[in-house]
Amino acid sequence: MKPLIATACVIALAAGLAGCGEKSQVVVYKQGQYQGKADGKPWDNEAFSGDKGNWETAIKARNQSQNEYRRING
Amino acid sequence: MARMKFICDAERCIECNGCVTACKNEHEVPWGVNRRRVVTINDGVPGERSMSVACMHCSDAPCMAVCPVDCFYRTDEGVVLHDKDLCIGCGYCFYACPFGAPQFPQAGAFGLRGKMDKCTFCAGGPEANSSEEEFRKYGRNRLAEGKLPLCAEVCSTKALLGGDADVLADIYRQRVLTRGKGAEIWGWSTAYGKPDAPAAAPAPSAGGKS
Repeated sequence: MKPLIATACVIALAAGLAGCGEKSQVVVYKQGQYQGKADGKPWDNEAFSGDKGNWETAIKARNQSQNEYRRING
Repeated sequence: MARMKFICDAERCIECNGCVTACKNEHEVPWGVNRRRVVTINDGVPGERSMSVACMHCSDAPCMAVCPVDCFYRTDEGVVLHDKDLCIGCGYCFYACPFGAPQFPQAGAFGLRGKMDKCTFCAGGPEANSSEEEFRKYGRNRLAEGKLPLCAEVCSTKALLGGDADVLADIYRQRVLTRGKGAEIWGWSTAYGKPDAPAAAPAPSAGGKS
């Protein structure tokens, strides 16, 4: 009878202590996924006919017009 | 292609607001919404500095992180855009943005917020390129035309640069190496002489009283 009571006490103690346990409350942030409509590429049009390289070249050339040293001297 | 970025040279900006006007006109931005604005620090005090500010198209954009409906996306060119059909106008992005870029049109008599509007880097939005629908919601798509943001292209002093970050860095580097830094740039030393070499005394004018 005694071992039974002792076992029951141990189980009750363990169950009681389990209530004192603490779980981590740090929220792990997860970046959401875009839920909107898909967007086209800037080179997918008549002007560039889907040619990404052509578009990049045009943009880089255009960018140099903001460089007044090259614009004036070159 | 590297990331698209803006850079504003505070030594050159003269607070003309040409960028602001060009942006509003190009995209027909409604009254009360300013996708771009010029901020001046120490206005009226010698040494004041002005800077043109809009969405900086952050690499780790806080607006994207806080949006409850996940309506933001980043294009392959590094431009941060959003879907207005999904936006609920909650204003979280406005509080998260360190630049105050998100704008909200007043959509009603009781201060009701409309859908968020912000600088698109002249890249439109998630509609067919250069379509009527895209223009109505997001403004003109200049990138699809092989052009860069009008605010930067129209800048008279070329204080505001916009485009491929690597190219901008090269332009800015060349500029700084050419002009020097601090008081070497222009203005004070040119007008008043350097501290160790005072400006020459004005030549006596012929026929002057003194």
